[in-house]
Amino acid sequence: MGKYIGESVLRKEDPRLVTGEAKYLEDIQLSGMVHAVVKRSDYAHAKIKNIDTSEAEKVPGVIGVWTGKDFEDVNPMPCAWQAGGVDNNANTPRVLEIDKVTFTGQGVAVVVAEDRNIAEDASSKIVVDYEELPTVVSAEEAIKPGAPQLHENAPNNICMEWECGNQEGTEKALGEADVVVKEQLVNQRLIPSSMEPRGAIADYQPATEEFTVWMTSQAPHVHRLLATAFVFGIPETKMRVIAAHVGGGFGCKIFLYPEYCLVAALARKIERPVKWMETRSENFASTTHGRDHVTQIEVGAKNDGTINSLKVTTVANLGGTLSTIAPGIPTTLYGRLLSGTYKFPNIYCGVKGVYTNTGMVDAYRGAGRPEATYVVERALDLVANKLGMDVLDVRRKNFIQTNQFPYLPADGITKGLTYDSGDYEKPLNKALQMFNYGNFREEQKRARDEGKYLGVGFSTYIEACGVAPSAWIGVGGEGWGAGLWESANIRVHLTGKVVVTTGSSPHGQGTETTMAQIAADELGIPYEDVEVKYNDTLGTPFGYGTYGSRSAAVGGAALFNAVQKVKQKAVRIGAHMLEASPDDVVFEDGKVSVKGSPDQAKTIQEIAGAAALGYSLPEGDEPFLDETAYFDPPNTTWPFGTHICVVEVEKDTGSVMVKKYLAVDDVGNVVNPMIVDGQIHGGIAQGVAQALWESGEYNESGQLVSGSMMDYAIPRTDCLPSFELDRTVTPSPTNPLGVKGVGETGTIASTPAVVNAVMDALSPFGVTHLDMPLTSQKIWNAIQS
Amino acid sequence: MKVSMRVNGVDHEHDVEPRTLLVQHLRENLRLTGTHVGCDTSQCGACTIHVNGEAVKACTMFAIQADGAEITTIEGLATNGELHPMQKAFWENHGLQCGYCTPGMIMASVDMLKNNPNPTEEEIRHGLEGNFCRCTGYHNIVKSVKAAAESMQGGA
Ligand code: FES
Ligand code: FES
Repeated sequence: MGKYIGESVLRKEDPRLVTGEAKYLEDIQLSGMVHAVVKRSDYAHAKIKNIDTSEAEKVPGVIGVWTGKDFEDVNPMPCAWQAGGVDNNANTPRVLEIDKVTFTGQGVAVVVAEDRNIAEDASSKIVVDYEELPTVVSAEEAIKPGAPQLHENAPNNICMEWECGNQEGTEKALGEADVVVKEQLVNQRLIPSSMEPRGAIADYQPATEEFTVWMTSQAPHVHRLLATAFVFGIPETKMRVIAAHVGGGFGCKIFLYPEYCLVAALARKIERPVKWMETRSENFASTTHGRDHVTQIEVGAKNDGTINSLKVTTVANLGGTLSTIAPGIPTTLYGRLLSGTYKFPNIYCGVKGVYTNTGMVDAYRGAGRPEATYVVERALDLVANKLGMDVLDVRRKNFIQTNQFPYLPADGITKGLTYDSGDYEKPLNKALQMFNYGNFREEQKRARDEGKYLGVGFSTYIEACGVAPSAWIGVGGEGWGAGLWESANIRVHLTGKVVVTTGSSPHGQGTETTMAQIAADELGIPYEDVEVKYNDTLGTPFGYGTYGSRSAAVGGAALFNAVQKVKQKAVRIGAHMLEASPDDVVFEDGKVSVKGSPDQAKTIQEIAGAAALGYSLPEGDEPFLDETAYFDPPNTTWPFGTHICVVEVEKDTGSVMVKKYLAVDDVGNVVNPMIVDGQIHGGIAQGVAQALWESGEYNESGQLVSGSMMDYAIPRTDCLPSFELDRTVTPSPTNPLGVKGVGETGTIASTPAVVNAVMDALSPFGVTHLDMPLTSQKIWNAIQS
Repeated sequence: MKVSMRVNGVDHEHDVEPRTLLVQHLRENLRLTGTHVGCDTSQCGACTIHVNGEAVKACTMFAIQADGAEITTIEGLATNGELHPMQKAFWENHGLQCGYCTPGMIMASVDMLKNNPNPTEEEIRHGLEGNFCRCTGYHNIVKSVKAAAESMQGGA
């Protein structure tokens, strides 16, 4: 390893962030810019009969008011990931709905005015005449006969039915098991709540018919592709998409939203720059949500704890219309993870994706994998409980053993992808060195005698990061409508200073720093000499963006490969300058030198200068050190680890306190330990929050009850403890850096660890399962009964 | 209505609508966009600034209520190009990721240390409960504030 990789180098991003200099979308002001406010449906299911905009138009300062009918020439948003191999009865939103709304918060009209206050005033004067229709908010209810029907092309509100594994074999094995555990597990709806809401600004040049659109985006190239080729039907080259500084995403900024295209359509109409920025209330109602599964599990086991079968059927709520990649989340990213770290010999998973009168559900941090991990890690505890065995003994009994790698999970559930590497005992043992389990069980016993209820929960998880390869996930495979490789370009300028551009699109991950570490080490130059640029379709190579824990494992690997190309060219030019044969020189520590005579050397800076001037180059070489690489990994990476959570449940109030949280993760090689730990901290907080506090709730008529920060329980500083982290390192063989990805690890692993801990604490009361969030009321009720 | 205030050491006078929030005034009229808006219910703390030396959520006040006030925003925290010890501590301890909550978090933390220069972890967590961060899980924010407290005491 070099000087920077593996070091906690301080982030390049931070000076502009801690001083308030960084410009987020809302901070951008264009000259002549006007402001759009979207009028949203108050009903969850209704026909739009008439929209009267006349009073709104009269408000001084209003430039115009438009409804869906004015944008009939703009296509609906595309659904770019439909579940693979099955019919998807896709229904997607339009920039503004025309005939009908299927959830509260859908846009039906828009006001543009000189300032936002005026636009808001005018928006409140729009009168929409609705014909209310019956609503259904629960996916289980929506598929019952007689339920209100949302879309003509989706009978019984079913978007798609998908399965993986072997149903017959799994049912047979369940019949042969010594014990079978059946349980319903609800994975409740979550609301991502990035601290920066969504927004967009569009500028249009009529002479060239070109758009520039700023979006709160995790994937500017994808946004451009979808907006131009699918929504507007114009050449991709006629739009530039820029993500300014983005204040967190956690998945919700991957998608192409109606408003992003609406501002572009408006800018084209009025030929002035148009800005739209959602309020927090709009964010709750109209930005995508996550999770929302109701799952039945049947787990078969032998008396010795060996699990012989896992059958999972899930009803996944997708909301009123489909967001960009919604069907892919509860299918590929869920079902294919259901073997966990275990050698289950029989697995089956059947999924129904269902429309309901609720907000759109799509990827939220972990996306499908937290739901799968929750099923698997809860299943293990339920089996242990049933057999009266220790939860760790059952885990160890079922772990895939180190000599079984590469391991292909049973029944084709991964559709051919193998777990390339792993050693699942290793993080568990390390975690147990940090946490004295034996002592804890004694302390737990003592505490119970004193009326204190402690519990410990484990999660010995696996996840899939840097999801790939393109041919596996793409059309004809898992149904993702594009590729999933990533790109990077590196240019070494005449002065020896380096600019890296990447298709990754970070929004808090510190990728600017990580990429600079990789480039600096590989070229043997100072970290300060590397600038990393991103988040703009102009000037970066096409790439798929930042999500799915892919920026280091796929984007970082692309950069590594691009640097190798630069080094190869530098070797040729350096050799030429030294009047040596390329075979007789080596590239080391930023220098090309003659083998055996290190004094005869040219620095990368000298070579870059010579390359840029181009006065004397080796035959066949072009000027300049400028190389691009596109990296498509041969496999997903498979991080794993052990999380341990200790809770105390207060008997009299039912409240839960997280007393200790400990995680040992194996995310492969680590470029920047400080950044990696930070990702795990944030992930854990969100996973704990699902277990204990957060829940996106709709009432029967489809009104969002948890529609503000007062009602949706985002954890505050005093809700959480500090976390104890360590790691094991099993390099991933799928990319040249040996990294695996870490952004989602904490979220995926932590939720079941917390729930398992609370159930352990509640075991004296005979409680074996409660659904999340484990609020004090729920726990108090369970204790009382 | 006329409103004048001293912001980061500079006097400003503007005509504002009475309904203009202080945070709006700072961001839109003074173009001090380092103060962020994260909610519409005064919960998130992203807009925290100092008004007459006290931490205030700038979305809870109208601009006209700050008439004559002395205000510091995140842009005014560094002196002569030197980061404030709190800004440095957040940088050095990875107390931020996306940075959106950070200006408010830093302003709230500076205020907390003014009243309690040597807080325990529990006091820090309690003191920052009005500031949401969705990225860091708060672990490194707590660490940053502790580090700043130490460095500020060392310096004093
Ligand atoms: S903007 Fe959220 S508290 Fe002020
Ligand atoms: S750093 Fe992103 S919200 Fe705190």
